[in-house]
Amino acid sequence: MLLKAEKITKQFLRESRNTNQFCAVQETDFTLEAGSFAILTGRSGSGKSTFLHMLSGLMTPTSGRVLIQEKEIYSLSDKDLSAFRNQHIGVIPQGQSALYSLNVLENICLPYTLYHKNAHQEEALALMEQLEIAHLQAAYPSELSGGELRRMAIARAFLRKPELILADEPTSDLDDENTKIVFAFLQKAAREGAAVLAVTHETDVSQFADKVFCMKAGVLTEQNSL
Amino acid sequence: MKLANSLPVRNLKGKPVRTAVLLLLTTLLTLTVFGGTLMIISLKTGLHSLESRLGADIMVVPYEATTKSNLETIVLQGATGYFYMDNEKYQKIASCEGIGQISAQFFLASASSGCCSLSVQIIGFDPDTDFTITPWIKKSYAQNLQKFDIVVGNDLNAFVGDTLTFYGVDCHVAAKLDKTGTSFDTAVFTNSETIKALIQSSVDKNMNEFKNINPDAVVSCVLINVAEGYTVEEVLNDINIHVKKVKAIQTKDMISGVSDSLSGIADIISLLIAVVWIAGIIILLLAFTMSVNERKKEFAVLRMLGASQRKLAAMVMQEALLVCLLGSLLGIGLGLLILLPFNQLIEELLNLPFLLPSAGQMLTDTIAAVLVSVLSGGIAVSASAFRISRMDTALILRGEN
Repeated sequence: MLLKAEKITKQFLRESRNTNQFCAVQETDFTLEAGSFAILTGRSGSGKSTFLHMLSGLMTPTSGRVLIQEKEIYSLSDKDLSAFRNQHIGVIPQGQSALYSLNVLENICLPYTLYHKNAHQEEALALMEQLEIAHLQAAYPSELSGGELRRMAIARAFLRKPELILADEPTSDLDDENTKIVFAFLQKAAREGAAVLAVTHETDVSQFADKVFCMKAGVLTEQNSL
Repeated sequence: MKLANSLPVRNLKGKPVRTAVLLLLTTLLTLTVFGGTLMIISLKTGLHSLESRLGADIMVVPYEATTKSNLETIVLQGATGYFYMDNEKYQKIASCEGIGQISAQFFLASASSGCCSLSVQIIGFDPDTDFTITPWIKKSYAQNLQKFDIVVGNDLNAFVGDTLTFYGVDCHVAAKLDKTGTSFDTAVFTNSETIKALIQSSVDKNMNEFKNINPDAVVSCVLINVAEGYTVEEVLNDINIHVKKVKAIQTKDMISGVSDSLSGIADIISLLIAVVWIAGIIILLLAFTMSVNERKKEFAVLRMLGASQRKLAAMVMQEALLVCLLGSLLGIGLGLLILLPFNQLIEELLNLPFLLPSAGQMLTDTIAAVLVSVLSGGIAVSASAFRISRMDTALILRGEN
């Protein structure tokens, strides 16, 4: 078992009515095996991204535990959790996530450079080849299209060969062709041993996944198994 | 990883306009702190130099020859002028109670000379009794001055070995004095034998305001250090009461005007430094806050990629400190570029003694200015660094914060 969430919940205070608590994610159990690709769908505001961020170590659950490789990640110090995320979790966030002062190759190598490690440029270039953006290595993010930026973020998430990939709407605002490239890449990563969970609104990508989950008003349900 | 390729440096390079504005702010902050402090120190060094050059407790001058302000312009501001009193006054003053050291000086203003565009003040002293000028001259010229030997102030365009002619008398430049930052930098010094010859020549050529004076029978002023067991006031009053037609002045009083002006200017500069420093910190605080707000998504991405809270705060802090360090070096360089070549002009504009401090003191001032600037940057960015380390990464990544 690579990823295991036990009875996790997330509640927020509504700022306008601060006595009123809003439950974004109801008590949820979730597991994800190495080598499997799961898709999480649901309407906007259903709690998908909150759930994903709790799994990635970026948002502490109100209750419950998240274990990755049997390590309870929220019991780690910030320093250890950050280092753990850097090494074992690849996160692809919503929207653009480039650092505009760095070129594409430098952006992709960031997980290494953050820890003063020698950037593995050859591995980065290989990933860029697979994602068809190798020719853009010296370009700056401001010169890239939305699809190219998204593929750059994917390459960056995969650079350290993390065991867990968490993607938050990786294909929003992408055309069909780019969407297929991205999901095929995620599927391939799962086939090579990674555990992949992608939050998406796309309805026709379930063909790529091993499992499809749906989140509705903070309640997670498994829809089918392929 | 080399500093030039580190993330903070790349971030600074990647936003050249933002970096340039921050750099300009810190440069101006350091320029004010460093330049202002150096000016205050230079004024104080100049005053100290003037005090040590005057080197006597009391100066006695002929009563009718001067009002206090005239005397000040001659002694303190480098104006040329001369006055004489009978040698007999010197003897009477010497016989007063409480005299420790006593020596006469002789003044003459040159009409013109090859060295100078303006007339210069010639000051003669008695090598046998002098206790103010000789110790100072000895630093530049260890031997005794011979007849027609002169020592020139640092600002005069004359060098050792040159011959300057005053009232038709050729004088040999034996030494050039170190810079004092006072009116003495534009004066010429010689022994009593030489100046008496020059005074005689000026009289002979009918160019002296005092007609038919006998140089051997006059002195211009008498300098006194009081003996132990007496106060300056006691001796000063004794002279003023018992010696007619002279005025005994406490040298400390004479430079009190200079000291007051200096204190006023130092206060203004100190206030300016304080205002600029506080304003600089506030502006830097706002600039760093705006910069960090604008980059929240960038920091959230770094956090997502595994940057710890401490690492992010350190990165923001490093960027600020790098900017402040570079800005402070630029500010110091600019300050030196202004103060070193133009210190003469500043002295003339302020009309106060102005002497740049020693290299050691300047180095101390430089280090202090760098520390103040870097510390200011550190203070200004600390709130932003703390805020960044506590931000809600998940919400920012979703574009909700």
